[in-house]
Amino acid sequence: MTKVARRPMVAGVYEHPERRIPNKSVARIHAEVALGALADCGLGVKDVDGYFCGGDAPGMGPLSMIEYLGLDVSHFDSTEIGGASPLSHVGHAVTAIMAGKCDVALVTVAGLPRSQRSAAPVHRNAPEHDFESTLGASTPSLYALAAQRHMHEYGTTSEQLAEIKVAASLHAQHNPHALLKKPVSVEEVIDSPLVADPLHRLDCCVVTDGGGAVVVVRQEIAHALGDRCVAVLGHGETSKHSNNGRIDLTHTGAMFSGPRAFEEAGVRPQNIDYASIYDSFTITVLETIEDLGFCDKGDGGRFVAEGGLRAPDGILPFNTDGGGLCNNHPGNRGGVTKIIEAVRQLRGEAYPAVQVPNCQVALAHGTGGWLGTRSASTTVILGREG
Amino acid sequence: MTTAPPGRPANAASGDGETGPFWEALSDGRLILKRCVGCRNVGWYPRFVCGVCAGTTWEWVEASGRGTIYSHTIVRHQGHPLIEGSGAYCLAYVELVEGPRVLANVVVDDFDVVRIGRAVRMVFGTGGSDVRVLRFAPI
Repeated sequence: MTKVARRPMVAGVYEHPERRIPNKSVARIHAEVALGALADCGLGVKDVDGYFCGGDAPGMGPLSMIEYLGLDVSHFDSTEIGGASPLSHVGHAVTAIMAGKCDVALVTVAGLPRSQRSAAPVHRNAPEHDFESTLGASTPSLYALAAQRHMHEYGTTSEQLAEIKVAASLHAQHNPHALLKKPVSVEEVIDSPLVADPLHRLDCCVVTDGGGAVVVVRQEIAHALGDRCVAVLGHGETSKHSNNGRIDLTHTGAMFSGPRAFEEAGVRPQNIDYASIYDSFTITVLETIEDLGFCDKGDGGRFVAEGGLRAPDGILPFNTDGGGLCNNHPGNRGGVTKIIEAVRQLRGEAYPAVQVPNCQVALAHGTGGWLGTRSASTTVILGREG
Repeated sequence: MTTAPPGRPANAASGDGETGPFWEALSDGRLILKRCVGCRNVGWYPRFVCGVCAGTTWEWVEASGRGTIYSHTIVRHQGHPLIEGSGAYCLAYVELVEGPRVLANVVVDDFDVVRIGRAVRMVFGTGGSDVRVLRFAPI
């Protein structure tokens, strides 16, 4: 029996339909998306024996949510790497299932930053804190530093970055749940206020309440659940940091996580029919598609300006739900929606105007932390056939 | 035009040998950096373990306080939890002549003069705040 033949599968996914949720707790949103993803594949809470969550789960690691949901688990993992967390959780769930630790793994994400106006956490006990936070090193500014350097080294322009938002907005117009449903032009992005030069307000993702969940199951269980399951073909993850004072701002950890995932899946970038690319900011997308090998390093600006990301006809249709840039970035962490839209594409359940015809292999990529200092990159490759 | 983020809290400089001498020197208007005795790399930020060779023996070296801008941004949004008040400020990576790229504020009257490759020197003084942070100004 080959390794690939036993790959676990994503059986259920669910994205919370709301983007502003003023009257519910974070724990309840975790529960709503958990129940939604289990219902999506015909399973129940009592079938779950593995639970995965990030730092957005209220309480100590996974413990409070395991209790709140009434779970009885033989495996858990609360790896916290920001927006990339749920993608790593899917990869870790695959590993755990293949090791016999659990059979039905539940991954949940939830947060309420839009209604609670909660700020991003400051890690005051981090050893770098005194050397960075006191400078006003905000999240947008730490991505802006990457954008500025990329422009300097490769001639990337604000207009090219804006095209990434334009493509996302063209997709979002078909998603009735998207926070921003109106298509925007390159000029509108450039004319929006500068947040941290060279990034404008419309270069940034949305801030939304909500969440999402994913159910990963042993392949034998998946086959009993019908034909909407998709296989997890490959996974790769890494962290990238400032390298003892030699930071490189124009590459991301995708240059390492990508090849690991491609090798495990036995596919190449040109085999990818659809890609969910983490889009906290437009520059996040640009550097990631270069590092994953969808174009040469430094050529991302030209690639996106030629419509490469637009669905369904671009070379690399991306974020067909509208992405974090227009649709949803629940709890300031967009990773779970990256998995969910990739699964929709493989099932043929994306909105018709943006459904990639005969989508067989999809990629989902997450970026956690800050390109300007330290970040996590996780790549997951999914396939219609296991 | 405001050029440095106002109202920042005093940082929690530790009194031990790991970072204490760095903060004390900064208070005296000097920049010192850690050089690994094993591999001779000058690292950033100062820490117990060398990020290149994992050595744990280091020496403090006097730095020139000069470098060039590696990347920069003008932070115009509000909402950083440690920054009170309003006004844009410049955050930059400065590549020191000693090697490390350090995150810093660049203090200027006109943001337009901030460019990648621009030579800068370290400036001291509190700027209305008792917070010790790295600040540079164009030469």
